[in-house]
Amino acid sequence: MSNIKDYLLHDFFVTGEPMIYMADVSIVLVTIAIVVVLTYFKKWKWLWKDWLTTVDHKKIGIMYILAALAMLFRGGIDALLMRVQLSAPNLHFLDAQHYNEIFTTHGTIMILFMAMPFLIGLINVAMPLQIGARDVAFPYLNAISFWLFFVGAMLFNLSFVIGGSPDAGWTSYTPLAEKSLDPGVGENYYLLGLQLAGIGTLASGVNFAVTIIKMRAPGMTLMRMPMFTWSTLITSIIIVFAFPVLTVALAMLTIDRVFGGHFFTATAGGEPMMWANLFWIWGHPEVYIVILPAFGIFSDIISTFSGKKLFGYNVMVYSMVAISVLSFLVWVHHFFTMGSGAAVNSVFGISTMAISIPTGVKIFNWLLTMYRSRIKFTVANLWSLAFIPNFVIGGITGVMLAVAAADYQYHNSYFLIAHFHNVLIAGTVFSCFAGLTYWWPKMFGHVLNERLGKWTFWIFVIGYNICFLPQYWLGFMGMTRRTYTYASGLGWMPLNVISTVGGFLMGIGFIIMVYNIYYSARYGERDTTGDPWDGRTLEWATTSPAAEYNFATVPEVEDIDAFYDMKKKNKVKEWLNKPIKDIHMPNNSGRPIIMAGFFFVAGFGLTFEWIWLAIAGLVGVFITMVLRSFEIDNGHHIHKEEVERTEREAGRIS
Amino acid sequence: MSQSNSLNQHTPLEYSTEDGRLKIFGFWVFLGAEIILFSCLFASYMVYLHRTAGGPTPDDLYDVKEFMIETFLLLTSSFTCGLGTHELRRQNKMGVIIWFIITLILGLGFVGMEIHEFVDYVGEGAKLTTSAFLTSFFTLVGTHGCHVSLGILWIIGILIQTARTGINAVTARKLFIVGLYWHFLDVVWVFIFTVVYLTGMVL
Amino acid sequence: MQTDHSTTSHGHEGFPWKHVIGFILSLILTVAALWIVVSLSLSVTLTITFILILAIFQVLVQLLFFMHITEHEGAYQIIAIFFGIFLAAVFVYGSIWIIY
Repeated sequence: MSNIKDYLLHDFFVTGEPMIYMADVSIVLVTIAIVVVLTYFKKWKWLWKDWLTTVDHKKIGIMYILAALAMLFRGGIDALLMRVQLSAPNLHFLDAQHYNEIFTTHGTIMILFMAMPFLIGLINVAMPLQIGARDVAFPYLNAISFWLFFVGAMLFNLSFVIGGSPDAGWTSYTPLAEKSLDPGVGENYYLLGLQLAGIGTLASGVNFAVTIIKMRAPGMTLMRMPMFTWSTLITSIIIVFAFPVLTVALAMLTIDRVFGGHFFTATAGGEPMMWANLFWIWGHPEVYIVILPAFGIFSDIISTFSGKKLFGYNVMVYSMVAISVLSFLVWVHHFFTMGSGAAVNSVFGISTMAISIPTGVKIFNWLLTMYRSRIKFTVANLWSLAFIPNFVIGGITGVMLAVAAADYQYHNSYFLIAHFHNVLIAGTVFSCFAGLTYWWPKMFGHVLNERLGKWTFWIFVIGYNICFLPQYWLGFMGMTRRTYTYASGLGWMPLNVISTVGGFLMGIGFIIMVYNIYYSARYGERDTTGDPWDGRTLEWATTSPAAEYNFATVPEVEDIDAFYDMKKKNKVKEWLNKPIKDIHMPNNSGRPIIMAGFFFVAGFGLTFEWIWLAIAGLVGVFITMVLRSFEIDNGHHIHKEEVERTEREAGRIS
Repeated sequence: MSQSNSLNQHTPLEYSTEDGRLKIFGFWVFLGAEIILFSCLFASYMVYLHRTAGGPTPDDLYDVKEFMIETFLLLTSSFTCGLGTHELRRQNKMGVIIWFIITLILGLGFVGMEIHEFVDYVGEGAKLTTSAFLTSFFTLVGTHGCHVSLGILWIIGILIQTARTGINAVTARKLFIVGLYWHFLDVVWVFIFTVVYLTGMVL
Repeated sequence: MQTDHSTTSHGHEGFPWKHVIGFILSLILTVAALWIVVSLSLSVTLTITFILILAIFQVLVQLLFFMHITEHEGAYQIIAIFFGIFLAAVFVYGSIWIIY
């Protein structure tokens, strides 16, 4: 008995940290609150039937975005804790171990559980609408993707209160991350959490690629697709070919840690550098996975609010295709200092510089789209405008880092930190906020408040520059990445204080955004037309929020910017009044969430190296797969009378 | 799935519905991902090839007779699986079931031999934990073996469905896809045969 | 997009010639690879080059004779598989180059 108690208090639950006790308490309180609210308002059935079992791409997209916002909060808190710790020399706000854990979880969460799901959420919401499809190619698989991401994220976050967090950095470099140097379950959480989410992402990649290639509305040739759809296609292709590498790398390190293998150990012939190699074969394409959809979002938004067709559409497409190939050929620039030799470093340095060419081309395309147009300064467009100069700073410093010889100076300094936040925040995060504002009415039927949105925008963008620009100088002054504190005589404090202030401004911006979501839900302007921005692409041709079946009749496409073309040719009415037929839709299913639950059990079992539990979980996964295979699921039809009634209520047909 | 289509009547059953066309194409894309997955395992095997850490080397372990039998079993099963698909297109239910059962038996023979091989190696002191070379060997060959085992279970499941409901658009699509999977595993084995076993004999 | 009706239907009426030829080819290729290794005493580099070339032919046999890669969405399927093969080569060769 006392053995069990001893185990629970010392190994299982994380104890001895006031912040973690606070987290324990808040987790319990929030769980109780959710249960009470759902029971009191009798919402359990609604939650299960309308959300947890849904296969509707729009709802799955919304769930992705909600989860990503929660993860942004968690990762953001990590960031602020780090900024507080660094705001003065020799602080002991966090100890070294805790600081290690926090920068690890910050990086991992922000990339894999915030940026990617946020973009995949926006893709889910907008892409099928943009191509005039009823859903994605595999709606059931889409639900599995979401729930795998979700349980992966939950498993990873569980490490905070049970067992201990990973602490070897988001790159989890070996041999540091090996069992001998990093005992405990923390790194196992990293490996299994990412593994589950990664499998889900791979499935999403296949799903989106097939959807775009095979399910476009009649007339929408590849070269008439909206740019966001193009960027999604390219991203999906990169996902399909990059994520298996992550799967293998994580599995190999799991074999090392759990089963005593020697892939990356420093003994028995292991090769720690192989981890860096595999990790970045995946890791660099990953960078493009989170930036290309952002480019697509900005392209659509800039074109819409300039009231013009995107400048150089074809060039934009070709440059993205070029990026998709080049992104697989540059991975060594993440570890020039590993010492692979002059020839290797030169080749990869040059290929890295080459990739800046197609990216630079895009910048000119956006600028020339705006040239001589009437730019509308809506919040969505403000994010896009701010993106251009800020991203260019990140791009230019990236080219500096690509010079292998110079990289020996910059490597793992705050210069690097500033560089990748400059691309990831100005690129990915700005695009997430822009896309969120832009497509919000399509998701919820009301627009976000513009005034509050502008407050968020200015505070966040200014805070972001205050936070990260000083870090370039800190890098030059010699401050290295992942140091938990520094001596007082180094002169690093003033810039660190400025940086911390900027970090908190970004936090304030985020809080205003959350308040804006609440405020707009209550008082926001309802979007009755379905087309609040004078949109150009097909998602604006349907109601806001879009009906379950997306389009009563499938639109026919005659040009780029299909909806704008329809409006210009006065064909909207004619299209809406086409005869409506029964619409075939997929059935909801509870199995994806149950299957993901079994995956969670398996992941948790492997994390704690309780092999029996892992096997039990995998057997559960297998059984749910067999049940699905034997299920006869022909979907259902929405009858045309019902479609007509819905369309009439929306005022679209008389 | 109930949707009819405008393609002519010579279109194979598995392509006759939108659902079938999407899933077959999706599976090809997935196979693209599988190529990458195995390529990483091959890359690590080749990196670790000489890192035997004083343990057994490829030369000590590989046995020509055994891996040749394994190879012929899998090549033949790929052929019989192809014949199953051929019968599928002639809509001959018995033919499909017979050829796929032969494929299953050959596949089981392969997996049995591989398990036997692994047990032998462990008996000779060549364990996953012995050296980086053996870790990568067992991971690469074992991952392929797991794929084959999963394929066997998958074929059994689909054969039961075919026996129950006959050959229709759904079972045709499933049989075709599992066939693709099986041929793909044969492709991977060809590389294991070449890169692992044959190369192991030369070096 | 493109649906190639001719390749999907022909050859499936009677004797499965395509499969038998494919099978015979795959057997020949396998035995040839073994023969190169066992009976020819070529240099290591040459031997490995030859057996890799044979393996590539073996892959083509599987893709064309058994997997019907050109059917239906032929172009996209071929792009997916060959982009995969291209990247696989890059990753394998690149890894060895980088580590050694």
